[in-house]
Amino acid sequence: MDVVDLSRFQFASTSIFHFFFVSLTVGLAFVIAIMETFAYARRTRGDDVYGRMTNFFGHLFLINFAVGVVTGIVQEFQFGMNWSEYSRFVGNIFGVPLALEVLMAFFLESTFIALWWFGKDRLKPWMRLGSIWLVAIGTQISAFWIVLANAWMHHPVGYEVVGDRAVLTDFSAVVFNYKALLYFAHVQGSAWTVAGFFVLGISAYHLLRRRGVDVFSRSLRIALVVAAVGTVFSATSGHREAQVARIDQPMKFAAMEAQWETSDSPAPWSMVAVIDEGEQRNPFSVEIPYVGSILAYNSLEGRYEGLVPLNEEYQELYGEGDYIPPVTPIYWSFRIMVGIGSLLLLAAFGGLFLWWRRRERLDRTRWYLRALVLLIPLPWIANFAGWIVTEMGRQPFMVYGLLTVQEGVSANSVPEVLTGLIGLWVVYLALIGLDIFLLTVTARAGVDHKPEKQIMAAPAPNYGGEGFQDYDRKA
Amino acid sequence: MDLVVLWFWLIALTFTLYFFLEGFDFGVDILRPFLARNEAEERALTGTIGPFWDGNEVWVIAAAGLMFSTFPVWYGAVFSGMYPVFVVILLCLLLRGVAFEYRNQVDQQRWRDLWDWMSFGGSAIPSFLWGLVMAKLIEGLPLNSEARVEAGIGVLFTPFSVAGGVASLLAFTLHGANFLLLRLHVDTPLYARARRAALVWGAFATVAILTFVVMGYVTEGLFTSFGLLPWVFPLAAFLTLISIWFALSRRRDTLAFVMSGLTIVFSTVTIFIALFTRDVVLPSTLDAAFDLTLAESASQHYTLVLMTWVGGIFLPLIIGYQVWNYYVFRERVRPDEGALAHGY
Repeated sequence: MDVVDLSRFQFASTSIFHFFFVSLTVGLAFVIAIMETFAYARRTRGDDVYGRMTNFFGHLFLINFAVGVVTGIVQEFQFGMNWSEYSRFVGNIFGVPLALEVLMAFFLESTFIALWWFGKDRLKPWMRLGSIWLVAIGTQISAFWIVLANAWMHHPVGYEVVGDRAVLTDFSAVVFNYKALLYFAHVQGSAWTVAGFFVLGISAYHLLRRRGVDVFSRSLRIALVVAAVGTVFSATSGHREAQVARIDQPMKFAAMEAQWETSDSPAPWSMVAVIDEGEQRNPFSVEIPYVGSILAYNSLEGRYEGLVPLNEEYQELYGEGDYIPPVTPIYWSFRIMVGIGSLLLLAAFGGLFLWWRRRERLDRTRWYLRALVLLIPLPWIANFAGWIVTEMGRQPFMVYGLLTVQEGVSANSVPEVLTGLIGLWVVYLALIGLDIFLLTVTARAGVDHKPEKQIMAAPAPNYGGEGFQDYDRKA
Repeated sequence: MDLVVLWFWLIALTFTLYFFLEGFDFGVDILRPFLARNEAEERALTGTIGPFWDGNEVWVIAAAGLMFSTFPVWYGAVFSGMYPVFVVILLCLLLRGVAFEYRNQVDQQRWRDLWDWMSFGGSAIPSFLWGLVMAKLIEGLPLNSEARVEAGIGVLFTPFSVAGGVASLLAFTLHGANFLLLRLHVDTPLYARARRAALVWGAFATVAILTFVVMGYVTEGLFTSFGLLPWVFPLAAFLTLISIWFALSRRRDTLAFVMSGLTIVFSTVTIFIALFTRDVVLPSTLDAAFDLTLAESASQHYTLVLMTWVGGIFLPLIIGYQVWNYYVFRERVRPDEGALAHGY
């Protein structure tokens, strides 16, 4: 293992760990803002179902939120720590969206989350509603800028190479990068999918036990809509992403299909295959006719280039070297992602159908509710696989066509990076374990548990009962 | 004004704000084991910074992000050059941040003790390391002719940088104690203890910062490049530090907090002046010819113009809503039965 491999492994793992937490944060912030809006609209009615719903899911949100924030600091620092040559080469371009993310989103989220959560007895209801919406909007802005930065690495635009640096010349080209908009739609969709199925699964768990039915039958319906929108978004944008990759990152597309030689027209689609990367061929493959062409062109005919001829073209363009990314992990990750995505799409629309046909009896459709509980972890696995496809598919480039990972890495020593990597892994594994443990315990406790007995979130400031108490009561 | 200079000082501003703000929440976490005698008091101390720490911490992400976009070479050299230090800072911030949320999620004393240790270590260690990083920033790293740092962990610990670390650790602790005087009800025993702590840690901090400045002056010759005017800042830092003692003994809590804050502000500004007057952002310890200068580490004009627009719009906005956040939670905290029950 050299410094490049270690640094790549570190970046991959910290990013995937980070996304584990933030995908839920980004999606759930939105869902909770919706719930809070219902609570606000119905605050004059006595039952306060939506208020209790917001508290319950808000508690889960908060457990997860802090970890997303602190793992984000790692993301911001490690470009300089591990990829200082990269930072020097493109910092004046790549650093801009990152800085914008901090200025427009991070401050907004981290300040207003405190106002929303701790401001329960300090703020007027409309201020609290506004606070959670600012948090939700902040998370989406944050996702936009970071995905924009990532998309630039896949499809650099609006720059010019001057001396030993790429220099930003046109920021609007960077913002309106078509790749960025596609990636954003995809990431956004998958975050809503994660949150949608998270809320669905927890609601189903309690409905199966007939606890807190008034709350969970409503949260189930809110989450169904979110999940349906999310899965449609990720499926359509993902499909388009693959087609765009065939044009601007043909190597990635060919690796997704493990297509060594240029395909026939109409192209079949390989469902499972045994891949021999050494011999550059697939000894065994189960293929469905036409689907390859549909995937690439939305048409029943059309061929796409294979890895071997593309490698020769890349060598002519970029000089000697091997430009074939790791085919096996990309091929399988793509299938895992698409498989799970389709299943979730089916589950979300199946749920909508049941809601339409069976109305209130949706709450008692036990087989469906049981399935929802089991589906909770799947969106995360699909996200993980998705990042493998898109980032490994970029190899060996760091900035597509401009800079390889070899050229971008810092001049650190192996023991230095290895020690840091082990430290990060230990802490991240512990954090994921704790996150899942605490989410499970809190989710199982249900909506009516008394926080002060067993579990409570961060202690709110206690003012000892004097001074100004409740804006509502005064008003 | 030259945009490179403007951005150098805006980055100085974000670091200064970070140390000012996170300084006191680090300080509260460091002091908690020494001040709290029971669970209600522990929670009250956490409650004093509960709504603020997260927003404070973002200032360091801002500092890194702004450095990345406006001074990419500086950013790369500093963060890769002090790699092991930043790994430790990151691990500490990770554990300390989740400690806020996780400590009270399980009702077991061992669980709480574990997270209290994380809060303490995760605040004390970065408090020390940030001072070390700032000291290394003026002392320099072994930069070679291509502005790359190839060095082990050994070069990071010099007498001067360790003195810088101790100074920041003690200054943050003092700042935290002064912050508590503004956040706790004055009639509680916890307040009295915080006040005594401020006096004790204030004395230690004064000695440490004085040592640091004298070392910088004598052994490192760092301030030789200072003209008359920039001397105002290290002197002011020292005067504000002394004035804390007067403020505390006259029970002027707000003044004490403002003065410990100003000590941090003036000290940080001094660091950046020491760089600015030599026209470098990171000196090389190998050869003065390899020093990283302002101009060669900065981004090109277009990016700086863009960032100036964005920074000009958003920085005031951020400061505005953060001030409002402090205003909303301005009431003093009380460590009684309510502290145990209060929480959502």
